[in-house]
Amino acid sequence: MDFATLLQMLDATMRLATPLLLACLAGLYSERAGIFDIGLEGKMLAAAFLSAAIAAVTGNVWVGLLAGIGASIALSVIHGLASITFRGNQLISGVAINFLAAGLTVVVAQSWFRQGGRTPQLTDGGRFEPITLPFAEALRDVPVIGPIYYELISGHTPLVYVALLMVPLTWWVLYRTRFGLRLRAVGENPAAVDTAGVSVITLRYAAVAICGVLCGIAGAYLATALQAGFVKDMSAGRGFIALAALIFAKWRPWYALYACLLFGFLQAMSLRPDVIENVLNFRVNGQLLDVLPYILTVVILAGFVGKAIPPRAGGEPYVKER
Amino acid sequence: MDVMPKWADVVLIPLISILLAAILSALVILAIGENPWEALKLMVQGALGSTYGWGYTLYYATNFIFTGLAVAIAFHARMFNIGGEGQALLGGLGVAIICLYIPWPHWTLALLGAAIGAAIFGAAWAAIPAFLQAKRGSHIVITTIMFNFIAAALLNYFLIGALKVPGSMEPASAKFPEAAHLPSFQDMFSFGESTLFRGAPANITFFVAVAACVALWALIWRTRLGYEIRAFGHSESAAKYAGISPTKIIMVAMLISGALAGMMAINNVQGEAERLVLNAVEGAGFIGIAVALMGRSHPFGVFLAALLFGFLYQGGAELALWTSIPRELIIVIQALVILFTGALDNMVRMPLERLFLSMRRAKQ
Repeated sequence: MDFATLLQMLDATMRLATPLLLACLAGLYSERAGIFDIGLEGKMLAAAFLSAAIAAVTGNVWVGLLAGIGASIALSVIHGLASITFRGNQLISGVAINFLAAGLTVVVAQSWFRQGGRTPQLTDGGRFEPITLPFAEALRDVPVIGPIYYELISGHTPLVYVALLMVPLTWWVLYRTRFGLRLRAVGENPAAVDTAGVSVITLRYAAVAICGVLCGIAGAYLATALQAGFVKDMSAGRGFIALAALIFAKWRPWYALYACLLFGFLQAMSLRPDVIENVLNFRVNGQLLDVLPYILTVVILAGFVGKAIPPRAGGEPYVKER
Repeated sequence: MDVMPKWADVVLIPLISILLAAILSALVILAIGENPWEALKLMVQGALGSTYGWGYTLYYATNFIFTGLAVAIAFHARMFNIGGEGQALLGGLGVAIICLYIPWPHWTLALLGAAIGAAIFGAAWAAIPAFLQAKRGSHIVITTIMFNFIAAALLNYFLIGALKVPGSMEPASAKFPEAAHLPSFQDMFSFGESTLFRGAPANITFFVAVAACVALWALIWRTRLGYEIRAFGHSESAAKYAGISPTKIIMVAMLISGALAGMMAINNVQGEAERLVLNAVEGAGFIGIAVALMGRSHPFGVFLAALLFGFLYQGGAELALWTSIPRELIIVIQALVILFTGALDNMVRMPLERLFLSMRRAKQ
């Protein structure tokens, strides 16, 4: 494999890892606050649809992004109501949200655009365009560093950089702010937080809302940056891969980045079977690459390679002692 | 002392939840510019208006009985088996191998063999997550989700590889031999001139599903094992104190669950398609969650809920045929049922409990 192909692969990795990373960090906020969220997939899907629909109608991708975030937050509110206010089962609520999004997006898309459950192709202004970072053109001819900077680092859509910046930001919020400390505490021992006079309900709603915003960006990225428009079931299990990455990263932000890059790389590889064949001199089964994230996660969960311990109060509705 | 009488818990709350889901579904239909009343009439006509419609309704219901029972038995042990989809896919693989490679003399034996094969494959697919939950504490919900994806890829692998018909481009297995053909309702209930259930896929598996309901009821409420499963589900620590092994209960409950989900394959693979195709389960594993929640994890409740979802499925297909309402409306209804009967249960329960409490106080 030559240098140019490698850069291409890594470039594709960046693009494919971005939605995983955003959704993974979304899940991280929620689960660190003790709210399990298997509805990441549904929120991404809803956001992908509404962002593409609004971007197609208004011709402005930023309005579309806001609409996508709105759709995702709406589902987050349902999840919050079910799992915080009404102390229901968070897993069942997540399942319901996934189906709600899978069904509603197609039903609404069909009655709105009459194109078989998809939105119109997005054109100029309705999509996020790649941005060229400063000096990328000038440095292009510098050996090694030039192409890396031009091909790999520069030339992505703005949301890719947003996702990357979210990693240090999430780390800082979780480990260096009062809010982050409380957020982590509410996922481990909500009674202690309550005793300290901090509202468990408010904190958990805040976490679920942040989760909604990040899932919204992830979904909008799918429909308005990675592809040009919404198609049925376009999230294609990414919400679950993000969930897998979250476990793989053991609920920590920097490891989430590494896990998502790894899983993104696996996705990039399964798109380019010819490259693997050239490098390794044998055919790697495409299906195997597709399910490798899930298999790796099961191995991690099994605790054979380091143990993944979830936040202790995860999945438990908080009941004040009476 | 319970706040509410038992009938309110068993009948009233599910009814209110379904009513809420129905009202929201009607609003969705209104919002996309169709008439909900007309839609309902079309669905009833299409699903229950002819023996053909009934044939499809009961066929879908058979699938949902199996997956619903699978989720229900796991619920009794307080486990959430989302893996019904993958277990049913693997069950299909078991049925295909049994039907293709063993020359069956008669369909009764083929049915028995396929049922055993489907159950073993489904149970095997549930065994790994169950073992990891029991021995390593890995969350069963996450592992079963992962195993759904792995099952889909595995089936893909077999259908474009070992099981594919040589020379064919289609990712599907060969047609099963004639001897493995299960009698359909058309074969069974057509006498002389009158042909009932013409062309509908409902088959003898429906009665197997009904038998499974009765067997599971007996297991849960009439055997020591069922008692242990329920005790474990109510309180793990109390069950442990009473000498019930958590490992055993988790494994047994999940194996039964996986076997039931796998047995769905005798209906859709052996009964209907008579060959293994890609994505044969079509989401029935997930509908089992809605069915089990609505049926309150009781086999009779599961049976009724499966009939309702069979009706919705067939009615939804008819709607998509005659109106511009897409089939995905059924997924929305399914989501609302899961939401109201599962996650938002307390939303309905808490005001009702308050109502019953005040009624009791007024009486005193």
